[in-house]
Amino acid sequence: MSGVRVLVGTRKGAFVLTSDGKREKWDVSGPHFGGWEIYHLKGSPVDPNRLYASQSTGWFGQILQRSDDGGQTWEPVDNKFEYDGVPGTHQWYDGTPHPWEFKRVWHLEPSLSDPDTVYAGVEDAAMFRSTDGGRSWQELAGLRGHGSGPNWQPGAGGLCLHTILLDPSNPERIFIAISAAGVFRTDDAGKTWQPINRGLRSEFLPDQDAEVGHCVHRIAMHRSRPNVLFMQKHWNVMRTDDAGESWHEVSGNLPTDFGFVIDVHAHEPETIYVLPIKSDSEHYPPDGKLRVYRSRTGGNEWEALTNGLPQSDCYVNVLRDAMSVDSLDPCGVYFGTTGGQVYCSADAGDSWNPIVRDLPPVLSVEVQTLP
Amino acid sequence: MIRVVLPPHLRTLARVTKEVTLEIEGPVTQRAVLNVLEASYPMLTGTIRDHITQERRPFLRFFACEQDLSHESPDAPLPEEVASGAEPFLIVGAIAGG
Repeated sequence: MSGVRVLVGTRKGAFVLTSDGKREKWDVSGPHFGGWEIYHLKGSPVDPNRLYASQSTGWFGQILQRSDDGGQTWEPVDNKFEYDGVPGTHQWYDGTPHPWEFKRVWHLEPSLSDPDTVYAGVEDAAMFRSTDGGRSWQELAGLRGHGSGPNWQPGAGGLCLHTILLDPSNPERIFIAISAAGVFRTDDAGKTWQPINRGLRSEFLPDQDAEVGHCVHRIAMHRSRPNVLFMQKHWNVMRTDDAGESWHEVSGNLPTDFGFVIDVHAHEPETIYVLPIKSDSEHYPPDGKLRVYRSRTGGNEWEALTNGLPQSDCYVNVLRDAMSVDSLDPCGVYFGTTGGQVYCSADAGDSWNPIVRDLPPVLSVEVQTLP
Repeated sequence: MIRVVLPPHLRTLARVTKEVTLEIEGPVTQRAVLNVLEASYPMLTGTIRDHITQERRPFLRFFACEQDLSHESPDAPLPEEVASGAEPFLIVGAIAGG
């Protein structure tokens, strides 16, 4: 019988949650790397036992861990992320030039075809790639080398490259998102990049529809339709049907269109999920009610999913990498909160149950569907 | 033989349970100790000093013989008691953060 493995990164370690296909009873393993911030961990789609984990603290910096047995044992691999050439400067919060400085790995994206190839999105925003299972890293410097790089400015969480989407139909095409620069696309496997932010508007920018500078929180894709992307921006939920050439808003009847996560149903490309957060200064759900919103129409028309979620006095946040879906039928949807809960819906969002309630604040949630 | 005491998280990372001992050839300095430490335990590279600049990470301190040596030159000789192994070289995490 198939099963799932949920990889949870928290402020104080990683946890691995496993269950069979029913997703009712769970085994909880962890903390792995206790005391360290685990921004993200993710498994290879080619070899599910190959996992990569980003481990860091303010004291000791960045560690990269790799597992070849599904998270039972781990091996530190290379943690040297050196910008290519002279790093130059980006803008600081006050608009002054600030040197590019590596701080941490936010997101790891294993290749769709090779378990030894993995991409890393880092702060200060840059993209690195390893082709030897994490034993060495090279920057895809064409991204920062795009002419707009000196104008990128950090969002409140830092100048982070937090989302990497690999096009399953075209190995040369990759989408990435940076807070607060926007979305970029390469069509030549990372050599050159172009900003794809037409249609985005951000009130905090002097030029509200500028080519770069937008605080994109997360983008998501269904693998059957890689030209259709969904975006949770700082404010606004957006959609593109032409691989980012133009975006339009699909916030529709959401109670607030601020939020961090967005994801797509594994089998229904027009079914998407967001979790509205009240505002950018109030990082908690409106009215103290934790509600996932689902659209079965690719946006604009949204329904609140509340069954099993707290509907009073709930003031947690759900961070940008903390929602994921499995590929079972019915599709499972998962998210983790800053209050340490990880919720699972085994019926595409109709009902929810907590897998765990009392972890450290959750930074990321990834799900592997196991044979 | 040089004795080095690591902070708990780095002991876990290096898979050691107590202080480590190193053989240093030539003058015993911070740089020499860290070079041999990183060669012996490659997973510690980048965790005590920056990969690129080789500067001590800001939330770590170097103590020995009841002195704070954090701001000494990395090429200054360490106290004779450290060089002889009578006293350990302490790498300590600052009391900061959470």
